[in-house]
Amino acid sequence: MEFGLSEEQGLLRESVDRFLDDHADLDRVRKYADDPDDRGDDIWSGLAELGVPAVLVPEAHGGIGLTALDAAVVAESLGAHAAPAPYLSTAVLAVAALRLAGDEAQQGAYLPRIADGSLRIGAAVSELSGARQGAAVEARDDGTLHGKALFVLDPDADAFLVADGTRRFHLVQADAGGVETTLLPQVDRTRRIAELAFSGAPSEPLRGSGDPDVALQVIDLGRVIVAADTLGAAQEMLDQAVAYAKQREQFNRVIASFQAVKHLCAEMAAEIEPARALLWYAAHALDEVPDEARLMACHAKAHLAEVGQFVGKTATIVHGGMGFTDLLGLHYWFKRMGFNRQVLGGPERVREEAARVQGLA
Amino acid sequence: MDLSYGPQYDAFREEVRDFIATHRDQAPRGQGIRSEPVKRWQKLLIEHGYAARTIPVEYGGHGGEPDILKARIIGEEFAAAQVPGGLGGQGVSMLVPTLLELGTEEQKREFIPPTLAGDMVWCQGYSEPGAGSDLASLRTSAVLDGDEWVINGSKIWTSTAHLADWIFCLVRTEPDAKKHQGISFLLFRMDTPGIEIRPLVDMTMASNFNEVFFTDVRVPKDQIVGQRGEGWHVANAILGHERDSLGDPNASLARVNRLVELMKTETVDGQRAIDNPAFRDRLIKIQARVTALRMNDMRILSSRINGRGDTGLARLITKLQATELRHDLEGLGIDIMGEFGLMFGKGPHLRDQGSWQNHYMYFLGLIIGGGTSQIQKNIISERGLGMPREPKAVMPAGS
Repeated sequence: MEFGLSEEQGLLRESVDRFLDDHADLDRVRKYADDPDDRGDDIWSGLAELGVPAVLVPEAHGGIGLTALDAAVVAESLGAHAAPAPYLSTAVLAVAALRLAGDEAQQGAYLPRIADGSLRIGAAVSELSGARQGAAVEARDDGTLHGKALFVLDPDADAFLVADGTRRFHLVQADAGGVETTLLPQVDRTRRIAELAFSGAPSEPLRGSGDPDVALQVIDLGRVIVAADTLGAAQEMLDQAVAYAKQREQFNRVIASFQAVKHLCAEMAAEIEPARALLWYAAHALDEVPDEARLMACHAKAHLAEVGQFVGKTATIVHGGMGFTDLLGLHYWFKRMGFNRQVLGGPERVREEAARVQGLA
Repeated sequence: MDLSYGPQYDAFREEVRDFIATHRDQAPRGQGIRSEPVKRWQKLLIEHGYAARTIPVEYGGHGGEPDILKARIIGEEFAAAQVPGGLGGQGVSMLVPTLLELGTEEQKREFIPPTLAGDMVWCQGYSEPGAGSDLASLRTSAVLDGDEWVINGSKIWTSTAHLADWIFCLVRTEPDAKKHQGISFLLFRMDTPGIEIRPLVDMTMASNFNEVFFTDVRVPKDQIVGQRGEGWHVANAILGHERDSLGDPNASLARVNRLVELMKTETVDGQRAIDNPAFRDRLIKIQARVTALRMNDMRILSSRINGRGDTGLARLITKLQATELRHDLEGLGIDIMGEFGLMFGKGPHLRDQGSWQNHYMYFLGLIIGGGTSQIQKNIISERGLGMPREPKAVMPAGS
């Protein structure tokens, strides 16, 4: 019996951490946030050298063929560094969709280029976790897409994975014509999202996505990965809060010696530890416990959203006024977790889905 | 990740199931401690290694090798079959492990066998009216007079004192030493002259707790565990055992599953509670917390089996989170029933024998008992996060 990360998973985490420590520190994150032309190519290509985009790509297509838990380990590190990278869209959602629904030719054409970091695929899938007014994508028989997709992840990609109103997937080249991109400024500037307007954009369907469960499986995985990103960010915020409290002095004492401050930190740790075990299990279940996979993905997504919100608030408070400043930059993690809370379904909606999965709603 | 226990453990689980199926007719049904059916059942369980499993045979145990997974499987199977397991209580769960670690050979031989057999029932004399979270400030005194300790003072929150034959008790023997170094750990009979027991009714209206008063209670000098002044050290070994046993995530799982069933049958205005979105949302939130603590427990278990020390923080948070969660869970059970949730005592309209109100209050007691949530947060922040104690150690280096 072994509940936890393997030695290899520990090494994977360390190698991604080490690269991001050196190449995606807060100064680098700020530059990405401030410069809309910065795609973070240096970060993504460095991550590609470590195999990050290849984690879920099968070996037959140039990948490493690891598990969802490995992918979650990488996501924890990205969240801990608030790192800008098209990981969720390209390495997780697009790879999962291609694996589950792409044909041989599509897998052969796209997966190796994803794995080596040369192809970025944005994800226009928000309709799957909630259709919104004024947005819907329709795929016509002639292979063209029409309508609008909201909250598209990584709009500066080379191509897009698009979910239509019938939960089928399509691939569209960004320069295909008939695709108009409008950036949506939002609070988490470590990620970019846009709305895409399709006016007869040529596309290729992922034919295996006729099975409606395929889209749900892709979302399950995406939710666990988003939750893992929050776990990493929450742990980082706690670590920063504890370190700050140990050096900040007031009333001739370090504030870490005040119970009021200690208890805030203890409460954060008490929330994060069980959430970590839940997240690991949810990732494990995706590959190994199919009966529980969807429920656990919902629990992980909704629960980490709540833990992230609590830790984001509490860690900021421990930092006092400095926590509120841009100077310290703590807000990058706060906002990162705020983004993670909403994307692929907010906690109330995801809990409703958890109830439906169990036949309770 | 490998969550299977392995084939050798599957075989062991089958053994346990066979035993339960074969012998469950002999299990006691609600008889009190010290009754013959309880003692016979305990004897049978020890013989088969399902109680006192790792305690040496010469002390009345089964003499098995320590095996965390086998112990876990035994607990799981007896709980699943709703058959009582081996004797619990403070003697078996707290005193016996302490004597095994710190008792003399004579003490082990005298006290462990009858305790395991159910012939010697213990209570714990730790807390005092003036010494709760700050237990080490306790003032009950023991003064040596010839070959006897003479004890004066009082204890509080003494569970089962009215049923116990013996008490293991913390007393101050070195009044001039620092508070942690002035305490000794004594064992004595509860029928010794000078002991008075007064029941203390708790908010559930049960009287498991007592106040115990000592007036010139005379106890043989050698009934001490460890040396004079070492009582704090001895007691802390026991507190560790208690803290481990307070958070049982599988009991919470069973309870949340029961809550789901209750929500399918309770209706208001003809609507089932489970069909009310606000109640349903609260249920799923709690279900996620229960799942998270179960997985936290699996992580700790796996770390113990594999001899790794990487789950310190995961262990430290267990008592805090498990008791708070259980209180919230029981409270939701009350809320979904509305006014029916108020029904308590012997009367009509009780759901689950009134257990939702009862547990709601009982777990509030456990949030306080065994180290309050506030004390837990001190421990988590100091031992888990390396934050300094209050009020000492406040100036940073170099100032």
